[in-house]
Amino acid sequence: MSGEKSLMSRFGESDFFYSFKRSPVTLVSFAVVLLLILLAVFADLVAPTNPFDVGSLNLMNGFTPPMQPNAFTGEVFFLGTDDQGRDLLSAIIFGLRVSLFVGLTAVAFAMLLGVSLGLWAGYRGGWVDSLIMRAADIQVTFPSILIAMLIFGIARGLLPPSMRDELAISVLIISIGLSEWVPFARTVRGTTLVEKEKEYVQAARLIGLGSGQIMLRHILPNVLSPVLVIATITLALAIIAEATLSFLGVGAPPTEPSLGTLIRIGQDFLFSGEWWILIFPAATLLALALSVNLLGDWLRDTLNPRLK
Amino acid sequence: MSDLILAVRNLRVVFPHRHGELVPIDDISFDIRRGEIIGFVGESGAGKSMTGAAIIGLIDPPGYIDRGEIWLGGERIDEQVSDPASRIRGKRISMVFQDPLTSLNPLRTIGDQLVETIQTHLMIGSDQARRKAIAGLEEVGIDPGRFGAYPHEFSGGMRQRVVIALALCAEPELIIADEPTTALDVSVQAQVLELLKRLCQERGASVMLITHDMGVIAETTDRVAVLYAGRLAEIGPTATLLTQPKHPYTRGLIASTPSVETGDINTKLFQIPGVMPRLDALPTGCRFHPRCEHVLARCKHEQPQLTAGTACFLYGDE
Amino acid sequence: MLLIIFRRLGQSIFVLFLVAFVSFMMFRYVGNPVDNLLGQEATVEQRDALIEALGLNDPLHEQYFGFVVRALQFDFGNSYRGALPVADMILERLPATLELALVSAILAMLVGTLLGIYTAIRRDGFLANFIMSSSLIGVSLPTFLIGVLLIWLFSVELGWLPSFGRGETVQVGFWSTGLLTVSGLKSLVLPAITLGLYQMTLIMRLVRAEMLEILRQDFIRFARARGLSERVVYFGHALKNTLVPVITVAGLQLGAIVAFAIITETVFQWPGVGLMFINAVFFVDIPVMSAYLLLVGTLFVVINLIVDLLYLAIDPRIRDGQLKRQNS
Repeated sequence: MSGEKSLMSRFGESDFFYSFKRSPVTLVSFAVVLLLILLAVFADLVAPTNPFDVGSLNLMNGFTPPMQPNAFTGEVFFLGTDDQGRDLLSAIIFGLRVSLFVGLTAVAFAMLLGVSLGLWAGYRGGWVDSLIMRAADIQVTFPSILIAMLIFGIARGLLPPSMRDELAISVLIISIGLSEWVPFARTVRGTTLVEKEKEYVQAARLIGLGSGQIMLRHILPNVLSPVLVIATITLALAIIAEATLSFLGVGAPPTEPSLGTLIRIGQDFLFSGEWWILIFPAATLLALALSVNLLGDWLRDTLNPRLK
Repeated sequence: MSDLILAVRNLRVVFPHRHGELVPIDDISFDIRRGEIIGFVGESGAGKSMTGAAIIGLIDPPGYIDRGEIWLGGERIDEQVSDPASRIRGKRISMVFQDPLTSLNPLRTIGDQLVETIQTHLMIGSDQARRKAIAGLEEVGIDPGRFGAYPHEFSGGMRQRVVIALALCAEPELIIADEPTTALDVSVQAQVLELLKRLCQERGASVMLITHDMGVIAETTDRVAVLYAGRLAEIGPTATLLTQPKHPYTRGLIASTPSVETGDINTKLFQIPGVMPRLDALPTGCRFHPRCEHVLARCKHEQPQLTAGTACFLYGDE
Repeated sequence: MLLIIFRRLGQSIFVLFLVAFVSFMMFRYVGNPVDNLLGQEATVEQRDALIEALGLNDPLHEQYFGFVVRALQFDFGNSYRGALPVADMILERLPATLELALVSAILAMLVGTLLGIYTAIRRDGFLANFIMSSSLIGVSLPTFLIGVLLIWLFSVELGWLPSFGRGETVQVGFWSTGLLTVSGLKSLVLPAITLGLYQMTLIMRLVRAEMLEILRQDFIRFARARGLSERVVYFGHALKNTLVPVITVAGLQLGAIVAFAIITETVFQWPGVGLMFINAVFFVDIPVMSAYLLLVGTLFVVINLIVDLLYLAIDPRIRDGQLKRQNS
């Protein structure tokens, strides 16, 4: 063999990529997710207007249907406007940003919390393990969205009214994150229990490495594959949870609406005929949720050795 | 011809998959005579179970019969046997599986399952069916009082008796027994084989006994067929084959069977070198040639056909 | 056997106390009952008097037990908004939620099971594949989105079904039911579908997976070898074995339905306890929140317990296996 192939070409020939290429559904999902992420990240550049700059809004632009010139101002909006004259396309792009931000951050939080607790429980064993697993069992008896609502409600109650809107996003992230840590913890704990009996861990202990180092540098890399799968599933759940909470009015504040909030607003205008205020945000959310789910499914199938 | 109950001609079974196709059975032909017990012996993966499954039409998809004909008593059956309406499966040909623990529905009583089978094939009322079921249980040595018992209440050997009762209750002409005693204790094996033998002789039914155990072959069968990598290596009367095996593989098989008569505790067991090839890595020519100590140049390129009971170029041009 | 039951029961009681504790802590420390009841302009003496009267200075465990005892007598205090007894509010709105939950659950189980069986039997058929692909959408779609889209299609565009409320209801004793009027039934359709769709998809996929697994087993093969017709194989043998695990999962779903009713009730403005809860969260009406959580939490614990015990009872192999382990 004439030397090592580059990382890119090895990846290109791997089973992973092969399976990816072969499924058109997965390719489309990936493209959609990528597009949506890019839109969200570059929202400021991409969106035609800033929908939150109250000064730039013209009430007369309100209720303009998509692609038709407004009766009063003659302006054309790609996806129409809502009751305040906000350009829907911009609102959706910024809403997408909120949805993705909350979703991704919540998953990161859940992953951090769950993996840490799982490592600790598995490695230390004893009462630490029992306590954490008990807590997990109890939490799992209840649907995660209920738990997220509970945490959000309590946090809301503890904060003075003036700060509620400001901190809403952070509280939302923490609520959703706290409701989704269990699968991470359980999986990591399982793997840790197995790994800690292996020789390389004994060796590390003999050398004098501390528990923290052992957990981080030796055990953790072995857990990454299943954690990745859980993370994708949890991302889909987190996005849906955020959208649901925002729709119900107990999520993203009106000053920073997410797709869920926009849908709530849109529902009010269904009967008066301004269907676009609902349909376009709904379609965007649908595309996002579906694509993330499909990607997660594919990832799960590929990384699952048993199905091969 | 009326002496033959089953005739298989040039049977070929194919399993398509992602990278091509596998051929677990390639061009097998043989006959089964009325009332005989014929053994099918070979290593795991040789194709013996697959042959049985092909005859009764139970090849799991995506496998299928690619070529060949199967004749039951003068009627060609290979295309219709999978259709329950043809009334062949269960009625004229029945099958007994290896694992009695999983052959029976755990949530239904054995009596129930017997009656159901009887009523499917014989047009009789439920009372008569029940009586027939009880008679069937008695025949295999099970107390009829256990008619309403569930499968998990029986031991392995007893369960296999129930399975045999189920296989025989519709009075088939041919019974395919796929490793019927492999999962049982040695002490129980003999009983079950004895039972099978007796019942079939009483009814004049034929048995195709699939096994990898040469001891079972010696004790129970009239004729035996040896399979290797999806093809027949040798076929003939049991007594002759065991004492004067022709095909090198058969010879190896017999030599590797421990025997009380020809050895003692210090005798080293003979092993045929190498392993049977995987279906996706079959050698050219005779499939046994890489492991054969008498290999000729010819064996590497041509496949021997079955002549006078053996498929081997050492005996080929007689 | 009894030992197992007692242990399970003990676990459940522990969790119940935990739920009650969380509920109590929320009730006592989040939000300010004194401010809410007296308003901002109360004098210090009035506040102190109220604090004494409410027992807010008593030791914590006394307050906790008081809370639990009152809860067992269905006294949950008064709502911050309107000072109505929370218990009365819940009672008034409970029939709405229960009817919706029950109808959804039955719908989900029936349709889910039928579709699951069909897609398992006709594994490679076009319709089966189509149903499976659509089911993925059912799982990915958030419940509220389903509701809203259904409203758009059937209420706005087609005008066939109402988009909010319960329609006309009839009082039967203390229970108000919407099942006895045409408008009541019509109003039930979209919310029931919305609420049940997720569960139905779940059940369908579960039934299909279980059935496929069962169909792979030896006893099915043997049944076919005995010449039994396909119909008998599927319905006489495979089905019964499939239903055992399905029933237990379906039971667990019942709890989830009650929780997800919150969302559906909001979408359709259905006057049930779920809508009551969401409004309470929005307006930080602590007594209502705490009471709802106490009730729903109890419901979940009880359902989990029942399902666990039911599983032990149904499968004779498990029951005998457990007994053997105890006796050996």
